[in-house]
Amino acid sequence: MTVARYFDEMSYGPAPEADTEARAWLARHKSVFGHFINGAFVASASGKTFDTYEPATGALLAKIALGGREDVNNAVAAARKAQGAWAKLPGHARARHLYALARMIQRHARLIAVVEALDNGKPIRETRDIDIPLAARHFYHHAGWAQLQETEFADQVPVGVVGQVIPWNFPFLMLAWKVAPALALGNTVILKPAEFTPLTALLFADLAAAAGLPPGVLNVVTGEGQTGALIVEHEDIDKIAFTGSTEVGRLIREKTAGTGKSLTLELGGKSPFIVFDDADVDGAVEGVVDAIWFNQGQVCCAGSRLLVQEGIAPLLYERLKRRMGTLRVGQPLDKAIDMAAIVAPVQLQRIESMVAQGVTEGASLHQPKIELPKGGSFYPPTLLTHVQPTSIVATEEIFGPVAVSMTFRTPEEAIQLANHTRYGLAASVWSETIGLALHVAAKLAAGVVWVNATNLFDAAAGFGGKRESGFGREGGREGCYEYLKPKAWIGRKLRSVPAAPVVKAAAGDFSMPALDRTAKLFIGGKQARPDGNYSRPVLSSKGKVIGEVGEGNRKDIRNAVVAAQAASAWSSATAHNRAQILYYIAENLSGRAAEFADRISAMTGATAAGAKAEIDAAIARLFSYGAWADKYEGVVHQPPLRGVALAMPEPQGVVGVVCPPEAPLLGFISLVAPLIAVGNRVVAVPSEQHPLVATDFYSVLETSDVPAGVINIVTGSAIELAKTLAAHNDVDALWAFGSPELSALVEKLSVGNLKRTFVDYGKAIDWMDRTAAEGPAFLRRAVDVKNIWIPYGE
Amino acid sequence: MEDLAVKSSAAVSAEAAGVGHNWPRNDGIELDLSWVVDQRVNLSAAERRVATLPGRRTVKKDAQAAWLLKAVTCIDLTTLNGDDTTERVKRLCAKARQPVRQDILEALGMGDRGITTGAVCVYHRFVSTAVDALKGSGIPVAAVSTGFPAGLVPHDVKLKEIEASVADGAREIDIVITREHVLTGNWQALYDEMRDFRAACGDAHVKAILATGDLKTLRNVARASLVCMMAGADFIKTSTGKEGVNATLLVTLVMLRMIRAYQERTGLKVGYKPAGGISAAKDVLNYQFLMKDELGREWLEPDLFRIGASSLLADIERQLEHHVSGAYSALNRHAIG
Repeated sequence: MTVARYFDEMSYGPAPEADTEARAWLARHKSVFGHFINGAFVASASGKTFDTYEPATGALLAKIALGGREDVNNAVAAARKAQGAWAKLPGHARARHLYALARMIQRHARLIAVVEALDNGKPIRETRDIDIPLAARHFYHHAGWAQLQETEFADQVPVGVVGQVIPWNFPFLMLAWKVAPALALGNTVILKPAEFTPLTALLFADLAAAAGLPPGVLNVVTGEGQTGALIVEHEDIDKIAFTGSTEVGRLIREKTAGTGKSLTLELGGKSPFIVFDDADVDGAVEGVVDAIWFNQGQVCCAGSRLLVQEGIAPLLYERLKRRMGTLRVGQPLDKAIDMAAIVAPVQLQRIESMVAQGVTEGASLHQPKIELPKGGSFYPPTLLTHVQPTSIVATEEIFGPVAVSMTFRTPEEAIQLANHTRYGLAASVWSETIGLALHVAAKLAAGVVWVNATNLFDAAAGFGGKRESGFGREGGREGCYEYLKPKAWIGRKLRSVPAAPVVKAAAGDFSMPALDRTAKLFIGGKQARPDGNYSRPVLSSKGKVIGEVGEGNRKDIRNAVVAAQAASAWSSATAHNRAQILYYIAENLSGRAAEFADRISAMTGATAAGAKAEIDAAIARLFSYGAWADKYEGVVHQPPLRGVALAMPEPQGVVGVVCPPEAPLLGFISLVAPLIAVGNRVVAVPSEQHPLVATDFYSVLETSDVPAGVINIVTGSAIELAKTLAAHNDVDALWAFGSPELSALVEKLSVGNLKRTFVDYGKAIDWMDRTAAEGPAFLRRAVDVKNIWIPYGE
Repeated sequence: MEDLAVKSSAAVSAEAAGVGHNWPRNDGIELDLSWVVDQRVNLSAAERRVATLPGRRTVKKDAQAAWLLKAVTCIDLTTLNGDDTTERVKRLCAKARQPVRQDILEALGMGDRGITTGAVCVYHRFVSTAVDALKGSGIPVAAVSTGFPAGLVPHDVKLKEIEASVADGAREIDIVITREHVLTGNWQALYDEMRDFRAACGDAHVKAILATGDLKTLRNVARASLVCMMAGADFIKTSTGKEGVNATLLVTLVMLRMIRAYQERTGLKVGYKPAGGISAAKDVLNYQFLMKDELGREWLEPDLFRIGASSLLADIERQLEHHVSGAYSALNRHAIG
């Protein structure tokens, strides 16, 4: 091409970023990399390696150690050895280390950006302008949390040794999201980068060692899925943090069930991108570009489901198609492109086959007539319109540059379509009417909502999903708690299980008998007989039958969940209203304190003073959560843009509660009250041994203006009812306190809809101890934080 | 599927009016108020588009030299100062005829292309001077008329000024709108005013200066752009160069999108002229990228793209010499304009 020809054609021409330094770094390592364990690079014990390629050309980049059991063991041992000393460092010292890492990333930003583009195939613009600066920002932000840990998290301690398994779509950024908070808060790490993209994690380890990070604090073990499984199953790891597919997330939940490992899952999505007829249409078109053609659409929170108000759909599609024609697909290191390569041939084939199936199922395909580079894995920007909700492309994550589109008529229909998915990661809402935009944002089932924007991230704003998009948050204060545990729960002991009393034969006599009372289930605000019409006896501590309760079964749970789902108005009731009702329950319980104390004594054998103490504590606890109801609030983040991000705690929805065997009233109140204080509706299974105090309690609820369906009570076998609750796909969360077996089965069976679980692994909490049994530690688990990003300006 | 381009009933002038204008002229359409007030621009979204542009588009080496040379052909080489004199204007016209040193053009393989600037832009007083100085070059003279820059002289005086400039040989008239009409939402008044200006211009092409720095909001810019096009503007232009803020990529994005929307509805191509504040070669490239990506290849040529600038040319000359020689250049190696 000559100047004259460019002058006539006005085409862009090549604009390559140099890869000299990146190639030199590979050459220094002879393009062979070991694991980074205890501060040094080591080959796999087995000597095995795997290859990593350039997706844009298919060329081999480097040979990488394939991690096996011995390598993982070594890494865990190094992390365990380092953890105590690392956690004991003053926060300020850890802050200095994190700060050094942040500065180090900035000093080597271009090298990291180029290596990332080579290994992943994404455009250099994205690694250089987005991924790497955001990664540095995460280390800065968390240097700050290390500095403040002793004062801001005084009641917390680090979780310990953390296994982190990260995906290939943002290799370096995901490293930062995982490593920065873990290290900042006193944990040590075994990181497994994705097999397609291990290089920047190794580069980071290389640079971190040079920056003076002590050995063992950060370990990188490379490998394939099997290596990740070894980390997940390792007995000496305290927590697993995983970002990746929902399918693998489910496996991890199952594998770790009952082990006591803490778990954070950031999984897939099918995030809606909603455009109303009063939107800035050109702005929205550009939003789609950033939503689904960013990183070739290989983004878990990609706005892949375009929902357009019917009246403007033709205009929006027309402008979108025009815009697609001006997108440039090219080599990752070309500085004048919008999209580059798909990470691997296998992913490319998956995209191709899903799109083909979508077209077979009736979608209209639009792909612009633009040039694609030859040789590597490339796929054009793609729009599928006239997609029916039944089509696979509407329900499944494609993880490629493919937007699927549907229309809606009203805001209500937009919300319905948006939420009609098993996922709940992110959403984007486009409207110039503030009332409409915020109304819809509040109603969307998603962990992140962007108003008139998309794919905005910041270290201070938590990121994470609802439903099958996973649980836990990364970033901000809420993200810190994922790497901490309450100090008050340290040293909890396994609950001692008293032997069941021997049933004594009832012997009647000729005195005036007590009036027979039938304890029922309490469902949808009504006393209900158990579906099976069986009863189970309730014994005193001496073995005397003191009453009977209904033997609840699957159908009773089903009915209770239906009632709880129907009580959704509770979740949007005012906090003041919820507080009033909690106080009112306390008031009515107080009026019957003596009766409840007698009941507790009769069941548990507690002394009169002991029983009274439990009643007093229960009343106080109700007051505490009445107090919290209008005080457990979100925060306003100030991300680096002109606007705000509102971190709003939202109720999880319908929560099952399996109460502990002990403290039959206080245990029940300690779990149900925080849940309803923040707007959840509950299906509670009272103490299996001592249920009568809970069945007495429903008459307190009946006199306390608690709306029907907000609290449902099903008596019966804790294990059997927990099974039904755990497997129920319309139950959003399950809290279960009791035996280790109960915890294990609850976690294992929760995988159907990946419901949030809160279990005690059989370790008893002293319910009388306010620091261990009350407050934000419980409230945090009763909500999901939704971050609503609202850029503003005119 | 949906055919959106509602081809307008607007009369399209049969003649291809004026040198270098090869598209049917925009004769305007009826004022469509609902279309005007429907315009919405989200500031943050627009900012994001503009902020990411330099990372998405760039040109290097020969391509860069070609793009910069193309920019030269789009420059309205401008002097609009209180101390302008006849000799000053003549010097500017000489520079317009030979904007880049011949040896540099030769080295670029562009010596035979007759590279000139797009036009010379002066006050009415110097129109005839410039017309004389540019005789035979084909370079049109543009005059800022209508009480430039504030546009607050009586309406009939503005029309007389336009007529006088046309009579003196100006082939292009850069008018300023009455900002008050925009700031008070008086779209009918803006439309009527622009209609009158257009009529007074006759065959001369009219560029409507919105003075975007005075209009403040992107919504105002979008609406004013649309009204001026409906009233028959051949070009819409950002600024007089005298407002607090002149051309920016942000207002450019909004104005280009309005040009595109107008084309969608009428099929007519309206030109765009950013003015003021574009003084570096790397800045003008971003404007070109936006023109190409938002509107298309046609909008990179001087019949649909002009750049109002005075010092930009000197920076482009230095860049071109650097491209040719490999050594960084200096201002004093290029003729003054």
